Amino acid sequence: MATQTSATATPARAPASSPGGFFALVTEWVTTVDHKKIGIMYIVYALLFLVVAGVEALLMRIQLAVPNNHFVDPETFNRLFTMHGTTMVFFVGMPILFGFGNYLIPLMIGARDMAFPRLNAFSFWISAFAGFLLYFSYFAGSGLYGAGTAPDVGWFAYAPLTARVFSPGHSTDYWTLSILLSGIGSLGTALNIVATTLCMRCKGMKLSRLPLLVWLYLVTSCMAFVAISPLTAAQIMLLIDRYLGGHFFDTQAGGSAVLWMHFFWIFGHPEVYILVLPAFAFANEIIPVFSRKAIFGYPAMVAATVGIGFISLGVWAHHMFTVGLGPSANAFFTFTTMVIAVPTGIKIFNWLATLWGGNIHFATPMLYAIAFLFQFLVAGLTGIMLSASPFDWQLSSSYFVVAHFHYVLVGAILFMIFSAFYYWYPKMTGRMLSEKLGKWHFWLFLIGFHLTFDFMHIPGLLGMPRRIYTYEADRGWAIWNLIVSSGAFIQAIATLIFVYNLVHSWFKGEVAGPDPWDAWTLEWSVTSPPPSYNFATEPVVESRRPLWDLKHPEDPDASYE
Amino acid sequence: MSSAVAVPHQPAEEWTQPSRGVVGMACLIVAESAIFIIFVVAYIFYTGKSLTGPTPQQVLDLPIFATVCLLSSSITVHFAVHDLHLNKVARSAWWLAATILLGGIFIVFTALEWYKLIVHDNLTIRTNLFGTTFYSLVGLHASHVLVGLLMLSLALIFAIRGKVTHHHAERLEVLSLYWHFVDAVWVVVFTVVYVLGR
Repeated sequence: MATQTSATATPARAPASSPGGFFALVTEWVTTVDHKKIGIMYIVYALLFLVVAGVEALLMRIQLAVPNNHFVDPETFNRLFTMHGTTMVFFVGMPILFGFGNYLIPLMIGARDMAFPRLNAFSFWISAFAGFLLYFSYFAGSGLYGAGTAPDVGWFAYAPLTARVFSPGHSTDYWTLSILLSGIGSLGTALNIVATTLCMRCKGMKLSRLPLLVWLYLVTSCMAFVAISPLTAAQIMLLIDRYLGGHFFDTQAGGSAVLWMHFFWIFGHPEVYILVLPAFAFANEIIPVFSRKAIFGYPAMVAATVGIGFISLGVWAHHMFTVGLGPSANAFFTFTTMVIAVPTGIKIFNWLATLWGGNIHFATPMLYAIAFLFQFLVAGLTGIMLSASPFDWQLSSSYFVVAHFHYVLVGAILFMIFSAFYYWYPKMTGRMLSEKLGKWHFWLFLIGFHLTFDFMHIPGLLGMPRRIYTYEADRGWAIWNLIVSSGAFIQAIATLIFVYNLVHSWFKGEVAGPDPWDAWTLEWSVTSPPPSYNFATEPVVESRRPLWDLKHPEDPDASYE
Repeated sequence: MSSAVAVPHQPAEEWTQPSRGVVGMACLIVAESAIFIIFVVAYIFYTGKSLTGPTPQQVLDLPIFATVCLLSSSITVHFAVHDLHLNKVARSAWWLAATILLGGIFIVFTALEWYKLIVHDNLTIRTNLFGTTFYSLVGLHASHVLVGLLMLSLALIFAIRGKVTHHHAERLEVLSLYWHFVDAVWVVVFTVVYVLGR
C-alpha cells in the first residue's frame, strides 16, 4: 500500500524526469515500442491533424456563410474539401481510435504489451509519415507541371478525374500514396490488435469475459482487413494507371469509372463502421461506470457488433443509387442498409437499459455519452431515410447527405472521442481534466454542433448541392448557411477550451490516483500513468468486472457466471 | 496497487491461447486475400472488353510445368517444417533448398512468359485492358512469390550457418503458411487467367 500512496501523491512522469534533457526525451519517444507511448503519439498526432482539418472546415464555412462570397478562390475551395475529408478520415479518425485501442487493449486484458511491439511502432510511424506526405503536397504537388498544389479531386476521387489528363502534376499522386501508406499502417495495427486480443490475455480472461471495448476493437480490426485492403488494391490500380499507362479506370480504352466507385465504396462504407465501432466501444465502458450498473445484455452487444461487421460489408452501393445500377441492385442495397439498423438498434436499447434504474453520475464523460445516444439515433434515422433509393435520388450529393454523415462522424464519433478523453486522460497522465472547463466545452460544443448540423439538413432539402463554391442570393439558402457557419465557430471555440484544458490539466490538474471513477476494468488496477511493464505480476480474473470482484469480495460477479 | 489483481479462488485451470505468429499470419493472409480478390474481380470484369488486340486466346499458353513446380513446393516446405519439428535440421535445410528451387523455376518461367509476351506479341501493360489486368494480377502474385523466396532463402542461410534448431520450427511454420497461401492464390489466378479467361 506504501507504493500506492507514493504513486498517487506524485504521478510518475518518467519521460519528463529522465536525465539527458530534450534529446534523450525525443530519442526515447522515437525509439519506443511501448504500446502506451505509441498510443499517446497516435492520439497527439491525430489531434494535430484535427486542428488542421478543423481550420480547413472553418475556411469553407466562411466562404459559404454568405452568397456570392469570394473569401477563397474556387480552386482553393476544391483543395479544402478534399484535404478536410481525407485528413479527417485517414489522419484523425483512424489514428485517434487506434491510439486509444493501443493504449487500452493490453491494459484491459492484463497484458504487458501488444503482440508485436515493433510492428506497432512501424505502423504508427508509417501512418504519421503518410499524413505529412499528404500535406507536403501543398509545397511539392505542382511538380514540374506547375499545375495544382494540394489534391483537389474530392475525398473519394472519382475516375476519370484522377486520370493523368484531368489531374496533371503530382497532387493526386500525393493523395494516392499517402492513403496507400496509411492503409499499410492501419492493417499493421489491426493485425496487432487481433493477435493481442487472441493471444495475450491474462489467466481467466476468456473471450466471454473480455471488456466490451476489446470485443469491439477485435471486430473493427477484422473489418479493417477486408475493407482497407480493397482500397489499397484500388490505389495500386490508380498508380498503375497514372504511372505505367494502365487502363483500369480509363474510359477511353474501355475501362470503367463505375468500377472505381465500387472499389472505393467497398472500402468506404465499412470504413464508417470501422470508425463508429470504437466510439460504441467507449460508450460500452463509460455508460455502465457512470450508471453504476453492469452493462445490459453483454452477449447481445457482442452479437450485434459481429452482425454489424458482416452486414456493413454488403451495403456499399447505397452510395451509388444515382449511378443507375438497376432496380434489383437498388432494392438489395436498400434492404441491407435498412437491415443494419437492427443490430444498431439493439445496441441503443442495451445502452438505455443500462441507464434504466441506474444511479447516473453526470460527469463530463457521461454528458458526452448521453449526447452521443441522442445524436447517434438522429443520425441513424436520416440514414434510414437516405437508404430508400427513391428518396436518395432526390437528395444524393446534397447538403442533406453532408449533414447526415457529419451527424454520425461528429455527433456520434467525435462526441464519444471527447468522452473517452475525459474518461481516460487521468489514466494516461495521472491528472484529472478540469470538470468546470469540461462542462463549458460540452455545452458550447453541443450548441455549436446542433446549430451547424441540424440546420445543415435544410439547405440540403432545398436543393443545395455539396461541394459548390458559392451560390446566388435568391436561392433561399443564405440564412441557413449563415446559421451553419456561426455554429461552426462556436464548435471551434469549444475545441479551443478543450485543448486549453488538456494542456492546463497536464500541469495543474487534480491528481487522479489509480481509479478516479471507481471503475471495474483492469486498466484502473495499476497506477496512473501505468508503469512501462503495466502489471508487476500477471493478473488473474474470474469475471467480466475484475475490479468489482476485488472491491466487493462479499458479492463478486464471478458467483453469477 | 500496481501489483497483481489477486482474485485467488479457483485453482488455476489450464490456460492456453493460440500462437501469435499463426494468428498474425492468418490476419495478413485475410488482408492479402482481399487485395487479390479485388484484382481478380477487375480481371474478370474486364475479360473480353479490350478495344484492341492481342487477346488472351492469341497469346497465352498454359503454364503447366511452372504450375506443377509451384504446387509441389507446398509439399516440400511442409516436409521442411515437419523435419524441423523433429529437430532434423539438415534434412529440413534440404527440403527448404528444394522449395526455393521449385519456386525459382516458377519465377523463371514467368519471366520467360513475360519476355515472349512483351517482345514477340507486343503486349505491354499499356496495350489494352487485357495487358493492364494481366500484368497487374500475375505481377502481384509473382511479387508475392519473390517475397516468399527471399524469406525462405534467409531461413536456408540461417540453417546452413547452424543457427536453426527445432525451437524455430514454429517460425518456419508461420512462413510456410504464407507460402501455402501464395500457392493457393496461384490456383485461383491460373483458373481465372489461363482457363476461364482464355
